[in-house]
Amino acid sequence: MAKILPKKDVVIIGLGWTGSIMANELTDEGLEVMAIERGPWRDAPTDFPPDYMQDELRYRVRHELFLRPDQLTFSFRNRIDQTALPIRSWGAFMPPNGVGGGGVHWNGEMWRFLPSDFVLKTHLTERYGAAFLPEDMTIQDWGITYDELEPFYDRFEYLCGTSGTAGNLRGRIMEGGNPFEGSRSRPYPTPAQAQPFSHTLFGKAARELGYKPFPQPSGNLSQAYTNPHGLRMGPCTYCGFCEWFGCSNYSKASPQTTILPYLVRKPNFSARDHSEVTRINVDKSGRRATGVTFVDSSNVEWEQPADLVILAAYTMFNVHLLLHSQIGKPYDPIANTGVVGRNYTHQTISSVNGFFDNKKYNFNPFIGSGSIGMCIDEFNGDNFDHGPHGFVGGGYMGQVQTGARPIESTLVPPGTPKWGAAWKTAVKENYLSTVKPGTGVHGSFYAYRDIYLDLDPTYSDRFGRPLMRITMDLKENEVKQNKFLTDKFAEIIKTMGADKLAIQYRTAPYDISTYQTTHLNGGAIMGTDPTTSALNRYLQSWDVSNLFVLGASAFPQNAGYNPTLTVGALAYWAAAAIRDKYLKNPGRLVDA
Amino acid sequence: MDKNRDDRLRFHRRELLVGAAYLTLGMSKAHATMIVGHLPWTPNAGNPPTAALPGPWMFFTGEEGRAIEALADCIIPPDPQTPGGKDSGSAIFIDRQLAGPYGRQEGLYVRPPFMKGTRSQGHQSEQGPAQEYREGLAALDRSCKARFEGKAFAMLSDSDKDAVLKGLECGEFTLDGADGKAFFAMVIRDVQMGFFADPIYGGNRDMAGWKMIGYPGSRYNYLDWVNRHNERFPLPPVSMTGRAEWTPQTR
Amino acid sequence: MPSNRSTLAGIGLAVLLAGSAHAGDSDPQEFSQIERGRYLAVLSDCASCHTVPGSNQPFAGGRAIETPFGNIVAPNITPDLETGIGSWSDEAFDAAVRKGLRRNGSRLYPAMPYTAYTKMSRDDVLAIRAYLNTVTPVRNAVDANTLPFPFNIRASMRVWNALYFNHGDFKPDPAKSAEWNRGAYLVDGPGHCGACHTPKTFLGGDRTDQYLRGSFLQGWSAPDITGDTRVGVGAWSTEDLVAYLKTGHNRVSAATGPMAEVVSLSTEQMTHSDLNAIATYLKSLPGKQDHPQTLPKEEPAMVAGAAIYRDQCSACHGIEGKGIAKLFPSIADSSMVRSDDPTTSIRIVLRGARSVGTQAEPTAPGMPSYRQLDDAQIAAVLTYMRNSWGAAAVPVRPADVARVRSDTALRPD
Repeated sequence: MAKILPKKDVVIIGLGWTGSIMANELTDEGLEVMAIERGPWRDAPTDFPPDYMQDELRYRVRHELFLRPDQLTFSFRNRIDQTALPIRSWGAFMPPNGVGGGGVHWNGEMWRFLPSDFVLKTHLTERYGAAFLPEDMTIQDWGITYDELEPFYDRFEYLCGTSGTAGNLRGRIMEGGNPFEGSRSRPYPTPAQAQPFSHTLFGKAARELGYKPFPQPSGNLSQAYTNPHGLRMGPCTYCGFCEWFGCSNYSKASPQTTILPYLVRKPNFSARDHSEVTRINVDKSGRRATGVTFVDSSNVEWEQPADLVILAAYTMFNVHLLLHSQIGKPYDPIANTGVVGRNYTHQTISSVNGFFDNKKYNFNPFIGSGSIGMCIDEFNGDNFDHGPHGFVGGGYMGQVQTGARPIESTLVPPGTPKWGAAWKTAVKENYLSTVKPGTGVHGSFYAYRDIYLDLDPTYSDRFGRPLMRITMDLKENEVKQNKFLTDKFAEIIKTMGADKLAIQYRTAPYDISTYQTTHLNGGAIMGTDPTTSALNRYLQSWDVSNLFVLGASAFPQNAGYNPTLTVGALAYWAAAAIRDKYLKNPGRLVDA
Repeated sequence: MDKNRDDRLRFHRRELLVGAAYLTLGMSKAHATMIVGHLPWTPNAGNPPTAALPGPWMFFTGEEGRAIEALADCIIPPDPQTPGGKDSGSAIFIDRQLAGPYGRQEGLYVRPPFMKGTRSQGHQSEQGPAQEYREGLAALDRSCKARFEGKAFAMLSDSDKDAVLKGLECGEFTLDGADGKAFFAMVIRDVQMGFFADPIYGGNRDMAGWKMIGYPGSRYNYLDWVNRHNERFPLPPVSMTGRAEWTPQTR
Repeated sequence: MPSNRSTLAGIGLAVLLAGSAHAGDSDPQEFSQIERGRYLAVLSDCASCHTVPGSNQPFAGGRAIETPFGNIVAPNITPDLETGIGSWSDEAFDAAVRKGLRRNGSRLYPAMPYTAYTKMSRDDVLAIRAYLNTVTPVRNAVDANTLPFPFNIRASMRVWNALYFNHGDFKPDPAKSAEWNRGAYLVDGPGHCGACHTPKTFLGGDRTDQYLRGSFLQGWSAPDITGDTRVGVGAWSTEDLVAYLKTGHNRVSAATGPMAEVVSLSTEQMTHSDLNAIATYLKSLPGKQDHPQTLPKEEPAMVAGAAIYRDQCSACHGIEGKGIAKLFPSIADSSMVRSDDPTTSIRIVLRGARSVGTQAEPTAPGMPSYRQLDDAQIAAVLTYMRNSWGAAAVPVRPADVARVRSDTALRPD
């Protein structure tokens, strides 16, 4: 039997970005907030200090900061007619764990989605006609517009001290920024980061080809910054250990650097770490959450009653908990009914490596930051006419090389042997003069009827609960999109002066064993219709009105950008709805 | 890393007993704790890596050790400027990794049933890397002995070794009792990983791999160089264990 | 003030009025006196010793105060009748605070800084009493006699007092400004800064010839806080000093260790004019103004230290040692780094440290532990920091690091 704790006003599941934002907003309302986090408390000086954080083997190859699959994993198959098998060690994506969540080891890319991304279905149908879209594509509008979200994008950018160059300031297109971005109410809080050699070369080549390159908006700061909570961040030192690693010197935006030191000082906030929520409890009507059940590291089961439940875990765990808690109707792709598990998406990533003459080029490629780089946005979203190309979607592309950690970044030109003297010579000759853009092409991933999440019939987790099953493949639309973008990208790398290119397209089948990115989305999407979305436009559960579900699980489909800024903005948006509307009159904020 | 963590916890506990205040605050990170009022803090926090100790094999048998050293030198042959895989410690690196949590598949999902899936479903073998090495090395020597008059892989001439490995790579030289192609791909990956991982793990001795490519190691500040385009970074590499210059040299 | 009311009647009245046991001659309705007392209790940092850190029972005592002679447990000073000071007369309270006398006539140990509090006026002390009367009474019997022989013989304190205790109110210096005099009163009286910052004799008395020039306690070296420009606060502006005391952070340094607690319990809550007064006073103290030679760059420890600094420290403290204001201390400008006694610097490098979080500066940045560096390496990097960017200080020896490593091995703080 679970031990029952004293009731709180609010219980928050997960203390990553969205949990920290929501806790901070709701404690400002005077509410008693308890956050329950599955992983450990983490902080720079104690958990990722600069004397041993630069350890590629430990943190990149062995994934030390991430969740362990034996604690929880998923099963995977490409198609409905296959048997799903468990993900035994992480590959395509790396689920976070611990306080700060993915905010600890992300790269810090701070992209806004395009205005058209939020009304995607309407926009594409109006421009190209419904017949232009693949029949099984299930894209939807978000139920929120860019203009509605803009103030919250702005808040999150200023929370993080984001470094960048504005491209569209209150409707005016600004030189040096992204001319395609939606109108922003303020410039970035800090100037763009410095750009190493190869990144500036990319910018130059892109300009030569007629594009408008701009520095990637970055949560690794170009200069010291004090955020609205009075929290101080330092300047990024371009160490090249950002993604997969925690930041040692307070220069990467994370819950630890931007919220938590301020939040923990509040007497009405408390957090528990090493405690995994296993169920959201609902009353007999099934319409009201009564709190959560969690298990601590000693395997003791607790119940935390609360008036308001905020589900703020990672995309996958949000959907997993909803399925286990039987909140919302599970999605059935055959019958095309239900909502929990539908419109699950990823990102369509590819890259092109360029090998340059080492007598002319020394890129010092180990100098980098998580969101450094020069990018172009000509081929994102609907920034270009898709009519002639026969696909929809797109992405940004850029030389966004985050460093050159040597296990992963000792590349050799195509055709070189994989071992032996020739390999050794090639590694030696190419390390300093190779461009390896990381996620060079960062494409959208739209939703399909038979790509979804449900519970696995065979495999179970450490509590004996079914694993969540991923059914996911790459569709022709995304493969075409990626081919088109990757070729455009290769042209720029070639123009930079590369002698040899290694082009890697993203192709079907979707492969769970090779890393792509951890931008998983959907499964508990927001929308305007309770029969096709799990949440209303305020991220409130249609079924259980005192439950809000934050995170990229709410994305109806994924745009061609990194998701975190939109995830953070949506958390602020939902918090504002709770503060301004829900607390005054608890209940459904949107009539269905 | 594991033993170190245990030691640290033991040490913490002893420290915690001294200060009752810390006990009530429950600041040991091993267990679920409540965080209230201020950021948690304990002195000597952190979990620095444990250095791979020199000395005899911890996982490999003598025979396996000879084979893996020979493989390491084929994959990274020595040259006048840079040692090969054997002398730079790649075999030691793999040995220590296999003897540790990696070899034991610690943290991975190892629940049954094990079924053969598609390639895109990822590794589904019940065997961990330790077992794969054990069987792969035995199968390699068995197959070499059968082909080369009773000689184990390590005893072959350099050209025969290369021929065997090229055969493994393209699938023409098959192993009895192991997937030779997959096994060799794993050995290539791990030998090269040892050559470029921090020397603290036993490979990349004296930062030989890093010096070869011009990687300056586990540094944390390039603010003075980010804008110096196309100029060679001037400082020598540094590992998590430091560099020679860290030790005061009495004249 | 109704000073003629008997203690017992006072208790009865307070019980009737507030339903709880309030004692002494003060009236719980005397807001201005209580408020003054609350602020004086802040100035005096009573909570630091009399409240167990993290406990929600202010002033209930029970915290062990480390002294070179053994631990002394701070008593319960809530108005609880049996275990606190509820039944004490104002006279007894005043005698304890300003004269170091217990109710039975025996002596308090100077862990209770009556040698400083004696500079307060009787009015000040009774205001503190009035405030303490308003806090929640907590039943918590504290055994105050925990010192080992021979220090457990309180009679020895008579001799000690004869040597080191000058009883009497603060006497302003008419030649100095009112602000300076206020500062002197705060530093020497309620603030009892000398308790940590003035070196002590082997008996624990102040070495008045080295007033506020830095001392050692609880495994930390407390720095020189005179106006000495090299090791004191002479190079800090008044604003620097005020910012440090108010927020725990300034462009140079950050409060950690015991000073972090002083900031959050006391100086953060002081008024700006009082902090200005403290700064004015401290900066006026000449200090010793000595000038050691800078070590040559070629010294082996300097060469090694430069390499370690660049590789390990510059990520936060900067290649030029300047740090980031109010986030990462400036090594180049830090007088603490150059202190004669390097204990605190060694301890911070060895064990890490968390700086104080305050309302104005909530970040509370931390320094990681570098315990995996060996003694010679830590000595070298500190020697380098103490002798670079125009600074000079005697080298840190590996033996100093070994001493701190072993002295602090079992410490929980």
